[in-house]
Amino acid sequence: MTETIINFAVKSTLYMTKRKDYSKDISEIRSMMERSSKFLALSGWAGIMAGIIALAGSYYAVYIIGFNPGEVSPHLPEGTLYNITVTAFLVFMLALSASVMFSRGRAKRKGEKIWNAASRQLLIQMAVPLVTGGILITISILKGLIGLAAPLSLIFYGLSLFNAGKHTVSEVQYLGFVQILFGLAGVTFIHLGMIFWAGGFGAAHIAYGLYMYIRYER
Amino acid sequence: MKGLIGHLNKSFESRVRLGIMSALAVNDKLDFNSLKDFLEVTDGNLASHIKALEKEDFIRVEKSFIGKKPNTKYFQTAKGKKAFEDHLKALEEMISFQK
Repeated sequence: MTETIINFAVKSTLYMTKRKDYSKDISEIRSMMERSSKFLALSGWAGIMAGIIALAGSYYAVYIIGFNPGEVSPHLPEGTLYNITVTAFLVFMLALSASVMFSRGRAKRKGEKIWNAASRQLLIQMAVPLVTGGILITISILKGLIGLAAPLSLIFYGLSLFNAGKHTVSEVQYLGFVQILFGLAGVTFIHLGMIFWAGGFGAAHIAYGLYMYIRYER
Repeated sequence: MKGLIGHLNKSFESRVRLGIMSALAVNDKLDFNSLKDFLEVTDGNLASHIKALEKEDFIRVEKSFIGKKPNTKYFQTAKGKKAFEDHLKALEEMISFQK
């Protein structure tokens, strides 16, 4: 009984003198853990822009170049493979620059650096599945398995997003799942590969970007 | 009753030291400049707090070279991890008591 009273007295004294410090300490610890391990400036606009670029790219690929493989190893007219490779590269670069641009703007507003230990980790985590996928797709194309290129790119991009979830907003993991599902569907129904590609890289990115923008940035 | 005050670690009273321990709790290793950016402190200030934590053997330094440039990385020791976790627990206890 006495001990309880003493205990209470000590705690109350501590409570009065140190009250602010404790909860402030906890919130500083939490914020430091988050800031030092997660790159949180990833903007919803990056997703929206990447999605729009991908939709435009797939429209161009299918309707202008005429790239819409109906089987795993289709016979393509002369020059189509070159055109589609250039288009895919341009789409990738444009989408990447848009993401960096919008995220840099958001990082600046949040007073964070875009290049720090957290964003470095994020890039490393994403690079391993992406580079693996890139090499696999190149080999597949060289072996004539051109119909696999679009769905494989979805699958490996999805895996890289899933990996990225540890070092940025965790919602990107859901986006990763969706890309993987679209990719697997694309492998199953090769003739719909470009539609699933537009669905994953285009529509899913836009939906994700809008959700993130409305939830966190508006 | 002894538990409460006993576990709040004096070494972590400074904001900078608490920050270093928090950042190293979620990162395997961090170099000096990364820590400096996250904490927004001067070189001298950070160095003195790092030295204090090293002296307690809460963190250790790993020196290597990237080309000819020295690259210094810090990581938390098992002892440091334990001390930081105990400190967190004590903080949580204090706060839950306040409610």
